[in-house]
Amino acid sequence: MKVLIPVKRVLDYNVKVRVKSDESGVDLANVKMSMNPFDEISVEQAVRMQEAGTATETIAVSIGPDKAQETIRTSLAMGIDRGIHVKTDAEVEPLAVAKILKSIVEAEGIDLVILGKQAIDDDSNQTGQMLGALMDWPQATFANTIEKDGDNLTVGREVDGGIQTVKVSLPAIVTTDLRLNEPRYASLPNIMKAKRKPIDAKTPEDFGVDIAPRLSTLKVAEPAGRSAGVKVEDAAELVAKLKDEGVI
Amino acid sequence: MAILVVAEHDNETLKDATHKTVTAAIAMGGDVDILVAGKGVKDVCAEASKITGVRKVIACDHVSLKRQLAEAMQEVIVPLMDDYDALLAPDTTTGKNFMPRIAAKLDVMQISSITGVESADTFVRPIYAGNAMATVQSSDATKIITVRPTAFAAAEEGGSAPVEVIADPSGSHRSEFVGEELSKSDRPELTAAKIVISGGRGMGSGENFAIIEKVADKLGAAVGASRAAVDAGFVPNDYQVGQTGKVVAPELYIAVGISGAIQHLAGMKDSKIIVAINKDEDAPIFQVADYGWVADLFTAVPELEAELAKAGY
Repeated sequence: MKVLIPVKRVLDYNVKVRVKSDESGVDLANVKMSMNPFDEISVEQAVRMQEAGTATETIAVSIGPDKAQETIRTSLAMGIDRGIHVKTDAEVEPLAVAKILKSIVEAEGIDLVILGKQAIDDDSNQTGQMLGALMDWPQATFANTIEKDGDNLTVGREVDGGIQTVKVSLPAIVTTDLRLNEPRYASLPNIMKAKRKPIDAKTPEDFGVDIAPRLSTLKVAEPAGRSAGVKVEDAAELVAKLKDEGVI
Repeated sequence: MAILVVAEHDNETLKDATHKTVTAAIAMGGDVDILVAGKGVKDVCAEASKITGVRKVIACDHVSLKRQLAEAMQEVIVPLMDDYDALLAPDTTTGKNFMPRIAAKLDVMQISSITGVESADTFVRPIYAGNAMATVQSSDATKIITVRPTAFAAAEEGGSAPVEVIADPSGSHRSEFVGEELSKSDRPELTAAKIVISGGRGMGSGENFAIIEKVADKLGAAVGASRAAVDAGFVPNDYQVGQTGKVVAPELYIAVGISGAIQHLAGMKDSKIIVAINKDEDAPIFQVADYGWVADLFTAVPELEAELAKAGY
């Protein structure tokens, strides 16, 4: 089974998000960037499948500027076999990403694509499902557990009411949720080894995909703020305040 | 303009998220229809037809739609879109699952989790876990949109729209439902509750959630948790309030032993009144709390319960 793992370079999840004063976007100059945390979980899942002998080859792909290669290297250091870098400085929307991924899936003969359920920058939660539709493949989103059984995957999904279990027949799409696994840290020897692993250089044009955005961002603003209120000393004071507010 | 809203339901009852999504649709302007896709959904259709401002209810009743899996929903909805300019669904785990498939089939870029409607093609949505609000304009001919229900008031009931039954789908797909483990509780649903009390890492264990549950039962509140508490295994995943969990906006939100990570704040900061109980007076949660109580939760929460009992709750 050949597995493709798309990875995205995003603002590190520990960095405080600052909206630019001209409201044109979020300030990404000179801030730490990292692999999208959900994608790390996807990479870990693929590496574990390879270690268990269910995945025969694992390929990471990232679409983005030159520095997206660093994100691919991180996945190679975690154990992914090789990378594909689709270079573009433009912002690529999930629909265009899904179209590029479709071309790669077809060219590489991929059996399973494992994606993070969403990227923590645009919070779209779309790419995996879109790729599923473009490929006419079944999908299991928000995976909490994954088991391979012959040509099927049994996936526990995190849904609003609890856990739902579905069975999908391969080839298929899986998107990962927070508690599927705990991604490993790359060891120093593996980081060194990753430097020698191949990364193919591509562009969106190579796949004939039009990446022109369909959505234009008119402005990006700070969310409405809340300010700190008052401190209470004991339960009696708290209950009295809540009664005054009319919320209990 | 014609807009189709996909109903959120469990084959028995229509969920309030549907009413809120209808409000977003009406704000876009035009005729609003509701699709009820499921199995044995007669009662759900009857409820949907009562929503004020709805032109008609479209019913698709078939065994393949019982769990509203993405491939089955895609098969039903894509052909219907010939007659519509926009498709809206709540951004629940059901809506998030099937909507992007329909967008891709129609070659449309979806607009996820909108919190505001500026016009028929311009919307406000949170990005970066709610740390920024983007106003985006869509150039696609058809708009595919998921709606964050907490950001909209529920449409009222009082109408009597006709119900139109459409043909059965083929129902043949390469994904199948195996089973589910749903949390059972007599308390109100987290996203619909007027009062929510949540516990964080400070709770220390799942057993300790009992002290929160006692307060919840006094107030008729739902019980939630921070990601830290869920990751630690104290409570199941469906308790999680936050950007990647559930987004809630109750009248009263009580955060117990929750430090207030950005991820958590994104899921509850639109609550009307926020109360924080935490022994660390520097915890970020106090910066958004209307009422902060710096105290050890293991003494404070039982005191709160006793005080509520004294007040007749």
